[in-house]
Amino acid sequence: MTDNDLIEAAEPGLPSLASLADMAEHLGDVGGKPVLSCSVSGDEIEIRVAAADIPQILATIRDDRRAGFTQLIDITAVDYPERASRFDVVYLLLSMRNNMRVRVVASVAEGQAVPSVTPMFMSANWAEREAWDMFGIFFAGHPDLRRLLTDYGFEGHPLRKDFPLTGHVEVRYDDAQRRVVNEPVHLTQEFRDFDFLSPWEGMQREIGKSDKSSDSNNPGE
Amino acid sequence: MGMIDPANAAPIPPGADQDAILRAVGDEITNRGFVIAKADKLFNWARSGSLWPMTFGLACCAVEMMHSAASRYDMDRYGMLFRPSPRQSDVMIVAGTLTNKMAPALRRVYDQMPEPRWVLSMGSCANGGGYYHYSYAVVRGCDRIVPVDVYVPGCPPTAEALIYGLLQLQKKIRRTATIARR
Repeated sequence: MTDNDLIEAAEPGLPSLASLADMAEHLGDVGGKPVLSCSVSGDEIEIRVAAADIPQILATIRDDRRAGFTQLIDITAVDYPERASRFDVVYLLLSMRNNMRVRVVASVAEGQAVPSVTPMFMSANWAEREAWDMFGIFFAGHPDLRRLLTDYGFEGHPLRKDFPLTGHVEVRYDDAQRRVVNEPVHLTQEFRDFDFLSPWEGMQREIGKSDKSSDSNNPGE
Repeated sequence: MGMIDPANAAPIPPGADQDAILRAVGDEITNRGFVIAKADKLFNWARSGSLWPMTFGLACCAVEMMHSAASRYDMDRYGMLFRPSPRQSDVMIVAGTLTNKMAPALRRVYDQMPEPRWVLSMGSCANGGGYYHYSYAVVRGCDRIVPVDVYVPGCPPTAEALIYGLLQLQKKIRRTATIARR
């Protein structure tokens, strides 16, 4: 049996949703009112919803026999600090039946709580903990929402755009107290960003100019 | 202390006279099947010759550490076999990025090692933060947490470089370790 036979066996009589455009249209239909927009760009389907509708739309596209997005791959967020609803919570789902991925996005403001999908997808447990730890997005109904990646007494949400790269505290061992202590961070050399043109692009203007014999690194110039 | 001329109880300064007496005594003893060695040198030979590392493989450098223990650059030739417990090890090889969350655990493991103990910092991250030097979650060098004896640079250092570092540590032990209590 080929894969196509398996897919069609799930829904006898209905054509399988082979193309992304078909799937996007189908999702827009079954999603109904909560779907704010459903679009395809390149090879990615994106559905935008309001935050409160997330469990409903995820349940819908999971339980629909033709769509069948039964696997939650990841939950993450994007920070747009200039917007009022600064976070875009992103849910990535995979349909093994159709071999397709879909992205469900909701805009969330800073103190706003998002309903947790942990009861529906077990993999959401740690993914939501990570989103809480890194961005500060609170998931209402999560069984155990605490930090996952950052240090135990860490304050702040590191992946927000207003959190500095080097953070606020650093760590060293204090002999007097005989333990590791946190101290305000003090860098001896600050982070330098070399954002120049690539060496090849920069040299285009130099080709044709004379007096490059002294440059031993570029014998071909 | 020093040598005293038995004839007139006057001390003999270090020099040709002292060497002659020492050689004579040494020859006598060697002829009877004994070997003379300084206690310090003997202990340092034993310590450097069977240096048991405690692996603290944190990240990618751990793989190069595995390479150095594998068949091509066999560490066992030098008497180094990895011990999983800090209580049974002499040297701790900090291989990989030390994060803020791991720092208290590193210190605790170091404190559990019995004296004499040494620390070898392997790789750019353990030396000074390395590739993640400017990160909010990384300790900029494991020497902020434990005192380090040998730094091995590289990202990762080749297995050969790690062996070189361990041989340097052996030389340092022979040179500086004493049996006096610190």
